[in-house]
Amino acid sequence: MAVFLGLPLLIYVGLVLWPFGQAFYYSLTAWSGFSPPKGFVGLDNYARIFSDATFLRAMRNNVILVVVVPLVTIVLSLALASVLTVSGSSTGEVRGLRGSSLYRVVSFFPYAVPAIVIGLIWGMVYNPRGGLLNGFLTALGFDAFAAFPWLGDTDTAMGATIFVMVWAMVGFYMVLFVAAIRGVDKEVFEAARLDGAGRFRTAVTITVPLIRDNVQTAYIYLGIAALDAFVFMQAMNPTGGPDNSTLVMAQELFRTAFTQNRWGEASAMGVVLALVTLAFAALVFVVNRLTGAEKDEGKRT
Amino acid sequence: MTTIDEARPTATTVDEAQPLRTTRTTGGDKAVAVASHVVLVVWTIIILIPLLWSLLSSFKSSSEIISGSPFALPETWLFGNYARAWTEAGIGRYFLNTVLVVGSALVLVMLLGAMCAYVLARYSFPGRRLIYYLMLAGLTFPVFLAIVPLFFVLRGMALLNTLPGLVLTYVAFALPFTVFFLYAFFRTLPEEIAEAAAIDGCGDWRTFFSVMLPMAKPGLASVTIFNFLGLWNQYLIPVAINTRQENWVLSQGMGAYAGQIGYEIDFGGLFAAVVITITPVLIVYVIFQRQVQNSVTGGALK
Repeated sequence: MAVFLGLPLLIYVGLVLWPFGQAFYYSLTAWSGFSPPKGFVGLDNYARIFSDATFLRAMRNNVILVVVVPLVTIVLSLALASVLTVSGSSTGEVRGLRGSSLYRVVSFFPYAVPAIVIGLIWGMVYNPRGGLLNGFLTALGFDAFAAFPWLGDTDTAMGATIFVMVWAMVGFYMVLFVAAIRGVDKEVFEAARLDGAGRFRTAVTITVPLIRDNVQTAYIYLGIAALDAFVFMQAMNPTGGPDNSTLVMAQELFRTAFTQNRWGEASAMGVVLALVTLAFAALVFVVNRLTGAEKDEGKRT
Repeated sequence: MTTIDEARPTATTVDEAQPLRTTRTTGGDKAVAVASHVVLVVWTIIILIPLLWSLLSSFKSSSEIISGSPFALPETWLFGNYARAWTEAGIGRYFLNTVLVVGSALVLVMLLGAMCAYVLARYSFPGRRLIYYLMLAGLTFPVFLAIVPLFFVLRGMALLNTLPGLVLTYVAFALPFTVFFLYAFFRTLPEEIAEAAAIDGCGDWRTFFSVMLPMAKPGLASVTIFNFLGLWNQYLIPVAINTRQENWVLSQGMGAYAGQIGYEIDFGGLFAAVVITITPVLIVYVIFQRQVQNSVTGGALK
């Protein structure tokens, strides 16, 4: 039995927990280049990254992402999931739409495509030279967009990137919410209908409260993905976008570590990223509790 | 899980004396159904168009892609793009590396994860809860926190930039989720079976491998699918700790294209590489889509 537990634990502790712990220690040392870490410098690295305009810019971009990406993704995927599950006939049994499985399968496609490839495809779609989007817009008569650089303009780079992240993630959460809505007792929806609630009202006042724990989980996952965002950004704006308008903390961390070899500062950025992630998860959790998460009778019966 | 589109007995067939329960569609219903289909069709098109455009462009020459209409069919279908991507751009090599690394990591993580979860679920010993919470910690922190120290740990073990090093790292980072999911699964299996096996003279190993593991098949399948997609798509870990080009995995090969979109590169080859990368997984997904969706959402809802 010792082998059963010992071997996995050895790998896990050595390659996951030990590095996590070391990161906190390294963040307190003056360590750059390939020499061993030298000198305990307290919070100097933190002071330095928090007075670095580029890192602060990256942090601000992450905040934008963490506010917008989960919100848009959840609203869109909930809307699509509701349409799929309860927008069938308003008489008889509460049912979904005909042909719903086709939509479900296709929407889920992006989950089976590596994020780096999604970013690459959309980088080409947005490409000012021969890109699909500008080709489409000029075909519609918007000639001003003939060579518009969507990812190269400070006004559009962030929005265009957010759209791609939403595109990539909606399908997964839609399927998740479809599963959650199916877990709700059908009689709840039938009772709502008998009481005269329309479809929209049912979705907002019945469905969302009943699956709020799933929404919370989705919000936390999406927030974590938005705080990371590394792959999408590396694929579409590897250098941080025009005027660093899409630079995220993860990219700055990666650059600080692996091109500049400033390991101490990079570790401090890692700690900040981890703390922001935990704070975000805690915030979502608290908000969910404060707005009355215990009202979940009728769920999963 | 029942699905909406399966044929259901309609209420009309049950009892004709209950007209209220017939599935007569009203005008409002039709409007809602049409609007719903429109919304879903639009979203489906938004999903499919970039993928189909990539497929179409993978047969075009670079100059056609840059200056021709994006909707036009290729002047001549250039299958050579695929050959070039496979050999010259190294996609073939990265593909094999990926299959090797993800395959080995999957076998290892499922075996080790199942053993670990089994022990945690079936035996009580001091420190059990501690191990459980340590696994939880691994699920909570972002990989970014570990990436710098991980680089030096692997360098210290002489595993940096090697495929075994990458496999071990994949195993380590996929382990907490695997253990969590399978822990819950093993808890649901009846205790009596393990006891019966023990009475029949099975040792711990035998009980695990020939009794418990086969019973855990549905759970194992779910986690394997989830881990496969996660590892196949992994980008950050290989770019940080697997930088020697002959050891690159597919996501790294694709990432290398990303920095060059603004320059004169082989765009036909790029799209061919995109198609080569996504087609195998997409085909497998379409065949097993129900299992994939169930296991992935099952994992996330846990």
